[in-house]
Formats: sequence, structure tokens, C-alpha cells
Amino acid sequence: MATIFIPTMLQKLTSGIKKLELDASNVRQVVDRLDEMYPGIKDRLVEDDEIRESLAVAIDGDVAIMGMLTKVGENSEVHFVPAIGGGF
Amino acid sequence: MAGVTQVQTTLNGEVINFLCEPRQSLLECLRDVLGMTGTKEGCNDGNCGACTVIMDGRIVDSCLVLGVEAEGKDITTIEGMATPEGLHPLQQSFLENAALQCGICTPGFLLASKGLLDQEPDADEGRIRHWLAGNLCRCTGYDKIVRAVLQVSKAK
Amino acid sequence: MTSNQVLSEVEYNVVGTRPVRPDGVDKVTGRARYGDDTNLTGTLQAKVLRSPHPHARVKSIDTSKAEAFPGVRAVITAKDLPFASLSKEELGGDYTALKFATDHMMASDKVLFKGHPIAAIAAVNGHVAQSAMDLIEVEYEVLESVVDVREAMKPGAALLHEDLRTNDMGETADTPSNISTHMSYATGDLEKGFAEADLVMEKEYTTATVHQGYIEPHNTTAFWNSDGQLNLWTSTQGSFQVRATVSNILRLPVSQIKVTPMEIGGGFGGKITAYLDAICAVLSKKTGSPVKAIMTRTEVFEASGPAPASWMRVKIGVKNNGKITAVETEMAMDAGAYPGSPVMQAIVCAFACYDVENGKVDGYDVVVNKPKSAAYRAPGAPQAAFAVESLIDEICGELKIDPIDFRLLNAAKEGTRRIEGLVAKRIGLVECLEAARDHDHYKSKLENGTGRGVACGYWPNRGFQSSVVMTVNYDGVVSLIMGSVDIGGTRASIAQQTAETLGIAYEDVKPTVVDTDSIGYTFITGGSRTAFATGIAAISAAEDVKEQMISRAAKIWDTSEDDIEFVAGMISHKSDEELRLSFKDLARQTATTGGSITGRSSVDPSGEGNGHAVHIADVSVDQETGKTDVTRFTAIQDAGKAVHPSYVEGQMQGGAVQGIGWALNEEYFFDDTGKMLNSSFLDYRMPTSLDLPMIDTVIVEVANPGHPYGVRGVGEAAICPPMAAVANAVTSATGNRMRSLPITPGKILEAGWDSVKS
Ligand code: FES
Ligand code: FES
Repeated sequence: MATIFIPTMLQKLTSGIKKLELDASNVRQVVDRLDEMYPGIKDRLVEDDEIRESLAVAIDGDVAIMGMLTKVGENSEVHFVPAIGGGF
Repeated sequence: MAGVTQVQTTLNGEVINFLCEPRQSLLECLRDVLGMTGTKEGCNDGNCGACTVIMDGRIVDSCLVLGVEAEGKDITTIEGMATPEGLHPLQQSFLENAALQCGICTPGFLLASKGLLDQEPDADEGRIRHWLAGNLCRCTGYDKIVRAVLQVSKAK
Repeated sequence: MTSNQVLSEVEYNVVGTRPVRPDGVDKVTGRARYGDDTNLTGTLQAKVLRSPHPHARVKSIDTSKAEAFPGVRAVITAKDLPFASLSKEELGGDYTALKFATDHMMASDKVLFKGHPIAAIAAVNGHVAQSAMDLIEVEYEVLESVVDVREAMKPGAALLHEDLRTNDMGETADTPSNISTHMSYATGDLEKGFAEADLVMEKEYTTATVHQGYIEPHNTTAFWNSDGQLNLWTSTQGSFQVRATVSNILRLPVSQIKVTPMEIGGGFGGKITAYLDAICAVLSKKTGSPVKAIMTRTEVFEASGPAPASWMRVKIGVKNNGKITAVETEMAMDAGAYPGSPVMQAIVCAFACYDVENGKVDGYDVVVNKPKSAAYRAPGAPQAAFAVESLIDEICGELKIDPIDFRLLNAAKEGTRRIEGLVAKRIGLVECLEAARDHDHYKSKLENGTGRGVACGYWPNRGFQSSVVMTVNYDGVVSLIMGSVDIGGTRASIAQQTAETLGIAYEDVKPTVVDTDSIGYTFITGGSRTAFATGIAAISAAEDVKEQMISRAAKIWDTSEDDIEFVAGMISHKSDEELRLSFKDLARQTATTGGSITGRSSVDPSGEGNGHAVHIADVSVDQETGKTDVTRFTAIQDAGKAVHPSYVEGQMQGGAVQGIGWALNEEYFFDDTGKMLNSSFLDYRMPTSLDLPMIDTVIVEVANPGHPYGVRGVGEAAICPPMAAVANAVTSATGNRMRSLPITPGKILEAGWDSVKS
């Protein structure tokens, strides 16, 4: 099971739950499963089927370079962090 | 179009003639009229030193000199620093000491440093820092530039 | 006493040496071609007419008189850009983004900062274009402007964009605001953390708008050929970024645009935005001639991206022994006219040097009537470091703890989880702090009337895409082709990594930076990524070459590839000592064994190679004038492995000095309406050689596990600590705490002298 860290600002949607475990083999599944459990959360993370521009997904600390298609390992940690990229 | 004047000057040891408008700066004449783009523009108002050339033995910001003022003068630009035998010792020292990063300030610093060492071959660190204060470098923090000039100076 | 030290863990043959850079001779002889040195036959000069008002509605523009001026070939306004003829329906979700991008380049309905482009002229020369500018008639309705970041956040503040609504991580507010984005991250239990503290301190900090200050002004030459191909020769940190911007604004497919990156005279993040390219392109299309533009220095200040002014509140709780129990910050940065300040980077970097159990960070991106801010070296992080490192210094003073001991006690290490959630891999902060503590500078006695400060800084150093191609010539020399623009010696450092991997001499690698048609996508030179990410691309392309050479040797010796090894530039049979070929020998045989050998690689390294720096500053403050002089400065930084130590030192020294300028002198002065008052190098005062001592350096090498030679980026962490180090030194000298940058003589005199050491 992968451990998903819920971004602070979205913990309202998870009734305060900060992290949870779920079965998923890629980022798309992570987001879809989260949305099944907490409807509406997907919209906050994803726009036009891509991770929002202001965010990056990190799998085990490495920023995912394949967006929604990035593989999530069995015991991976998944974070949604600010995008530090476009531009310098 | 404004009238043009013919100017005769000695540029890097050679007597040359060129035509320029009265409003054109020496920097413009070098770059746009003569196609000698080694002299750089950073501000066009005398505050960065990127356009430094040596005129009759003195360093000047070529953006502040009019092209017509070059009449009868002896001018050295970066294109005149190396000889067929090789680089000027300052050029060599800048290379060895990594005294350039982006390199846009380098021609100006080289001419300014040459202007100093031609007059004061044994300038020390304080003197070098003082002399080069009219040349801005945003990349290096000046450390390696000052060291490169010091290496060529007899003071060490 | 001045020195440059390298604390090496591992030695290599070429990586870690200091060869002369391949582009060096061209740059010391004036032969290197920078953007403004481009000179195509028949080139017209362009000038941009800019708004004199920081905030106004554009009622009408009449260009007819300018068009009729002798020597003028074309005049354009926003109407000539594709956006003007596209509808909201056609663009859908992309509407706002394209409007912002296009309007930033040339205003349509509103001008949002003084210097905002409003029209452009192409003429036979610059003087003619300049004269014709006065003939363009623009009618403005001047609007109330807002300049200060906190004023702009208040309800009721003048609005820049009537339809901008705050985005709270994907949730959009109901009412318009100048706050474009709010983001927040937290960890642990903040209340509990502060309750456990013996001492809680909370202060506010501000920093002024500053400029990157590259010496070469923005410039570009465009030629839109009649076959539809658009060619651009420009000064940029990212040729592919320019291509993307121009393609977006001009609605052209990327393959119709070729961008040739010329030599670049400094960027520091400020040469990522393409300000002039689309303008010159449209003028070129209209005239059928090449069109060139170069900004004046005033335009560079008023209309290219400065780094944002900031307001920051920081709160830290500690135990009496110095252990941090909780941290909190709120940071607001002005993005300028359009959204996109680096405040999110600021909040991520703010406490990254520390192992924090309980913490919360909040960031606000705010639009104001100033030029749109651009990246400037570690965007966001230097401001954040100024605030956090200043407060830590204050706490150390309160608790009477040595500032380096305090930081060692709380330092982030491998395994430390940061507030945004990521876990640090092997990092070198502790090693940097130890090197600072043990440095002769830190142990030296302070002279009378002087003060000393230390501070540390952090930058994530992410990778992104890079492409490299290399071909082996018959003489064994390798041509190395890359898309990464070389701002400060990366031709050398990528060539070194190539030579190291192939086991050949540095002199046998010839690097070339090429245009966007000649290499795969390569992200900007910036973010401290090039030596790291393009380095990885070069190493993997070199591995590709090695494999091909092994297979050639297998053909020659009629044996299996598995029997052959490639070690230190020698290709040899594992069990037959007779069968050995040097790289050069084998290169000579490529023609008869299947043709030329080309190695290639495109990479997108995902790991972060976090960079840390620690600076020590000594200052003396003149009691009469309030002027601060930096008398000694030592920069210590983890480079992972310094590929070319001289250029790593150069990055450390250059970053330190930009930081010293930021700390003491540099500042945009605005009048109440947002007009910049000091847009020249005379009045915007950057450090000169006379203002500075030598900058001592210590390169610490804690290998980055994400790079074959352990390389970390070095350009950015270097500018994070100096402002706080200088501010802390000023406190040590004067007894007063300076919480607002720059620390001008006026501010020092106003604060007075509390406990002057004399
Ligand atoms: S261009 Fe002449 S001094 Fe700056
Ligand atoms: S090397 Fe870039 S300005 Fe001096």
C-alpha cells in the first residue's frame, strides 16, 4: 500500500486526515481513489487531466516526471508539493 | 538624414577613415559602422564600463565619446589587444584565473586593466580595486578579476 | 589569509580539475558573438513605446504620424498580435493565460506598470525609430495604482485585474482580489510545539524590489522568412523556452520557429522571459526584413523582471538549550503586474535547513503596479532566508548560544522530513556548518567597531530535461552538442564530465551549444540544473558511445561484446592481453567498421540534489555616516562534487556579492504611484570592486546520490545566506536589529547605536 500525504489545504476535505494508505499503481489511480473516498479532492489537484500547474507530485521524494502516468511503488510515499520549476 | 562627417583615427595601430553622423557615439561607430563588436554596450550612459576603450593612453567609456571626437586620436579596442604572437598577458591571466563567467564585461575589464598596468605596472590590490570601480561585473564578485590583474602586475 | 579551499571526498581524472574553458579565447578577444552582435544584411532597428503610467486604461492609440515618418518601416500595437482576433469561446480555459502572456508583451486594454509596452516601431536605424516614437499618440485614462504588497492585499485596494480571484489550492474565491494564489503547508502540532517552547519570538521583515542586474541588456533579432519560418537570434537562458513563448503568443507551431541562442551576458533568472522576441517577429513579418531590438538600461530596469519585494512574518519557538519546537511563517511577495511571484518557493525553502517537528508556512502571491517579477537566482529563497536566519540570530543572542552551534543542533540531515513533506536525501548542511565553525575566519578575533554574522541557505536543485549528442571524429576528438546555453562555464563542466566518462583528455572534447532545430528539448540554464542535469545527459550519451565502441572492437577482434571492457579510455579483451585499443586507435577504425559513432541521450532526472550554503560576514559600520563596509567574507557551500572548482567558486563569490548588494544598497525607488525613480546604474547602485574584499570560499563535497559523480547545482544556494549574514553582522556591530532591506546608512543612523563594541 502506498502512503498518500494529503496537502494541508485539502485536509478540510478529508476531515482532518493527514495521510492514508491505499492501493494504486500510478498517480492517476491515486487521485481517482482519493476522489472516491473524498469527492471533490480530484478537482483541487487536477486540471484538464493533468496535475495543476502550481503543483508537482513527488514519489518517494523524486518529482514525478510523467505526471498522472508516473508509477507508484508498493510502499511509496506520495506528496503533492509546490511546483518549483517553470522558470529559472 | 543628418549629415555625415569623415573621421580619421588610428585604430589598433592602423590609420583608418570612417563616416559618422554627429550624433553617433564612438561605441556606435565601432560596433555599427566598423563592425567591431568586441566592445560591448551595457548601459550607454557611462555607468558600467563594458564599452571601455583606450584613447590616447587613457581609458574612456566609448558610449560617452562622440565618433567625431575620435579624429586624430589613437584608439585601442579589445580587437587590438592580442598580437599574432599570442594573447596579451592580461588575456592569458583572465583565462587561467577564470576571471570571466558570462564574459560580457570582460573586454571592458581587460582594456581598463591594460590602461592601469601600462601606467602603473606595479599596481597593488587596493589600487586595482580603485581603478576598476568604473567597470561593473555582476557575475564574479570581482575576486577572480582582481586576482587575474594582480598576477600580471609586478606588485603581486 | 585569503583563500579558496576544496574539501574533497573523491578524486577523478578530469572532474575536479581547472582547465581553461573552451569558449575562453573568444571571450577575451572580443570575438564571441553575443545577441547584439548579430548583424544580418538589411536589419531594421526596433524601439518599443512604453507606458509612462503605472496603471491606466488605454483609450486610443494613433500611430499614423509615426508611420509616415521618413525611415519608419512599420509600427505595431497589440492589435497586430493574434490574441486580438481570437475569441473567448475559441480559447476556452486558455483565455486568461494567453491574455496575460500577450498583454505582458504588449498592452491591449490596460497598462499595469510604468514601462509596459504599448507599441513598437521598426525603422532604418535606432535614432529614427526613437524620433518617431514621439509621434505616436496614446490617450490614457489614469487609474489609481497600488505598489505595496500589503496594501494590495487589503479589501478595497485598487484592482489590477477585475476578474482575478484568489486560488486556494484549486478552490477559487468569489470576489476579485490582487491576491492571485494562497498556499499553505503544515506538519505536526503547531500549538503543542509553541506551548513546549521556553522562548517564542515573532518578528516581521521586509525586502525591497531588486534587479538581477546582468550587464548585457535584453536583445533579439528576428527574421520571418517568406517561406513562413521564423528565425530568432537572442540572448536567453533557454532557447526552447523562447520558442514556447513565441509559439504560444503568435499561435505558431514550434517547428516553424528556430531559436539560436547567442552568447549571453548574464541572466540570473532574468533572461527566461522573452520580452522582445514576438515583437521583433511581428515587425519582421510586416517589413520582410530582419528586425533587431536592444533594451536601454532604463528599459531593463523598468520593464524586465525584477525580484519581488516581500513582507514576511516569522515565529519560532525554542527550548532553552536551543532546540526548535515550532516554526511558523506567513510570506507575501509582489508578483508585479501579472501573477507568478516565487513565494511558493520561498515557503518551501524557508525552514528547509532545520529539522522541524511542528511547523506551518503560508504564502501569498500578490499583483501590484510594478513590472512583472522574474526569477532571480534561487527565486524566493533569499528573502525567506533573510527573515528566518535573522530571527534565529536574534534567538541565539537571547539564549546566548553560538549561532553555528544552534544551527548544528537543529540542522536538517539525511532523513529529515521537511514541512511540505519531502524527506532529505544525503545533504551536506552539517558538513558546511562544521567547515564554517572550523574556519580561520570564524575563529579570528573581531576588530574594534566591527561585527560578525553567519547565516545558512537552501535551494532544492531539481533536474528537468536535457539533451546531448556526441560524435566521435576519426582523430578521437569528440564533438559534444548540447542545447544548454552557457552562461558561466558549463561548456567546460559538461566537457569535463564527458571526458571523465570516456576516459579521454579534456582537450579531446569540443563542446558546441546549438539552436532549437539541432538538438532535443533542453530546459533553461537556471535553477542550478545545467552542470547536474545536462551533465547526466552527457554522461549517458558517453556511455552510449562506449557501448558502440565495444561492439566495434568485438567486430574487429571477432569476439563477443561480453569479452570486452572499456576502462579509462582503453578498450581491451578481458582475457587476451594482446587485444587492446586506445580510444583514438579505435576511433580511427570507425570508418571501416560501420561508420561514424554517435552517442545520444535525452534525460529528465527527477531527484533533487539539495544545495546548502553557509556564509560568514564581517562588517564595519561608520558611526558618522552609517555606511556599512564588508571587511571579510567567507562562503562555504556543498557542491556535491565541484566539476570545475574555479567556476564553482565563481558562482559562490558572485552569489555572495549579489547578496551583499541586496543587503546594503540595492533597491527600486518608486513614487507613490509606482513610477521607478532610479532606473540607471548610477542610481541603482550595485557593488563595485571598490566596495568589496576578496570573497574566501570553502567548497564542501558531500556527494549527491542522484548523480554519477556526485554533482550538485551551485548557482542558487550561494545567494540565500548573504543578506542575513550581513544583517546579523550589522547587529553585532551596532547592537540594533535591521529587519528591512536594504540596510541603508539612513536606516542605521535612524536606529542609532545600542551597544557599540569599541
Ligand atoms: S555602455 Fe558605456 S559605460 Fe556602460
Ligand atoms: S562575467 Fe558576467 S558581468 Fe562580468
